[in-house]
Amino acid sequence: MAYAKINADILRTLQPPGRTYYGALGLVAVVLSFGIYAFAQQWQHGLGVAGYEHPILWGVYITNFVFWVGIAHSGTLISAVLFLFRAKWRTSVARAAEAMTVFAVMTAGLFPIIHIGRPWFFYWLIPYPNERQLWVNFQSPLIWDVFAITTYLTVSAMFLFLGLIPDIAAVRDRCTDWRKPLYRVLALGWSGSTRQWFHHAALYGFFAALATPLVVSVHSVVSWDFAMSILPGWHSTIFAPYFVAGAIFSGLAMVITLLIPLRKLLGLEEYITIRHFENLAKLIIVTSLIVGYAYITEFFIAWYSGSPFEQGTFYDRMFGQYRMLSWGMFTCNVIIPLVFFWKRVRTNLIALFVVSIFINIGMWLERYVIIVTSLSHDFDPANWSGVYQPTWVEGAITAGSFAFFFFFFLVFIKNFPSISITEMKESSQHAELFDSNLAR
Amino acid sequence: MGTLLGVYDDGTKAADAIATLRDDGLNDISAYMPTPHQTIEKLLRTSTSPIRTFVLVGGVLGCVAGFALPIYTVYDWPLIVGGKPLISIPPFVVIAFEMTILFAAILGMLGFLGLAGLPQMRPPLHDARFSNDHFGVAVRCTNAQVETVRAKLEETGAIEIRTDA
Repeated sequence: MAYAKINADILRTLQPPGRTYYGALGLVAVVLSFGIYAFAQQWQHGLGVAGYEHPILWGVYITNFVFWVGIAHSGTLISAVLFLFRAKWRTSVARAAEAMTVFAVMTAGLFPIIHIGRPWFFYWLIPYPNERQLWVNFQSPLIWDVFAITTYLTVSAMFLFLGLIPDIAAVRDRCTDWRKPLYRVLALGWSGSTRQWFHHAALYGFFAALATPLVVSVHSVVSWDFAMSILPGWHSTIFAPYFVAGAIFSGLAMVITLLIPLRKLLGLEEYITIRHFENLAKLIIVTSLIVGYAYITEFFIAWYSGSPFEQGTFYDRMFGQYRMLSWGMFTCNVIIPLVFFWKRVRTNLIALFVVSIFINIGMWLERYVIIVTSLSHDFDPANWSGVYQPTWVEGAITAGSFAFFFFFFLVFIKNFPSISITEMKESSQHAELFDSNLAR
Repeated sequence: MGTLLGVYDDGTKAADAIATLRDDGLNDISAYMPTPHQTIEKLLRTSTSPIRTFVLVGGVLGCVAGFALPIYTVYDWPLIVGGKPLISIPPFVVIAFEMTILFAAILGMLGFLGLAGLPQMRPPLHDARFSNDHFGVAVRCTNAQVETVRAKLEETGAIEIRTDA
């Protein structure tokens, strides 16, 4: 493809949006304000408005936290890991996935704050010299979370911005409306000189190499929030790899959920093709099988451990009062993704979209099941009667978190190129070189 | 001394121009590209980017800071938690790991901005076409060389030649 065509096609997506876009944005704004209203209620009346009941003192908020951190992970997989593996097809989907990563981590970061009893003291989690003369407890996985999530947010935001600089420069050079000064500032005066490209490429490689171990560490740390406790159902060494695979699995499904409407809305059918979706579906099969294996291993280890509490928890998980959720999780995450073994399903957009929604639901349920069933069935049989029922406040805040995420994503796709212009040009150049070598 | 900028509508032509100018002994050449062009990069790349040093220094600093912060704080307010020693290395490794990556990335970013000369208010020799599909070849040469360079640029297919004092 010619450079000018790529430039024009992708910059066209930044033109004033139509009714569908504003409709979506309006819906998101309404849901988000409802979520904010619910949080205001909780701020005023305290955590009592949530459905917590002893001993189930972690619920929907922590579920959402783990869910959103997980969503973020596939963005880094696509932008960093596939970059290191030189998987060329990532070019078309990497930018949207990277943006998704940043917004998902931002959404996830809200939940520990929403979850704590006095959210206005959230900054006590950050270690700094203070007049209380207290320091945070570095042996607590919750403090590891603070470090892991802030590092992840900072690094993935810088990674996204680094890739965007040359593209923002391309937008700056074409833009004629009120946004031009904004792009001029954000482009940092990029001129595309060899010197700039040279260092840009070097740093991009380093960012990919740094983000890869980072992404593995982040969800491992999140899993240790659970695994470092002694609660049956949580205290398990398999948790880190199990969570990392699950995170990438859920994130890939979210990429499909976002990209199918995005390519339609922005008219990018020529750039994001069926082949890209098929490759994503193949990655989903791999991660789904890993997740299924982890589920089965958990049950096996519970049986093999000989510990009645461990066995009791897992029996309760599958046959107790939360059984519908557990079976739903198993169906959505292990059984339904198996349909991707058929090429006809992998290459059918409607099927892809439907399955991706099931996986999103399934992965949300997975976190809910892990958190709630384990807490409801601890060492003390007197505690086993408690039933956790989320309230409307938790529901509204959850819906609000989706709105928060989609709000940023919608604003992003209309103001920044959602496919990397420069990388698209570079890969078209490689294709031409390949063709000419072949002709020779 | 002056700078001549030749504008090309094709990367291969620009690469040929750079090769020709190089053969004539002109070494102060830089190119402007919408995307990295393999041949041009091969011609103009002189050494490995020093970004790696920034990332290494950042990583080492972050690792040291990641151990120093928890160790300092447990001594500042000695509190035995869970019967573990004050300095228990395993949990601190997590902090050190995250800070290694954080500092390496931040220093890498700062190094990139410094080396690439960003941010800059008015990019020199800026042309809106260079972010679209055109390539620029900028040659710094003495006043005596200007005419030969201009001829070379024309010869290799420059569609426009600008002079910048």
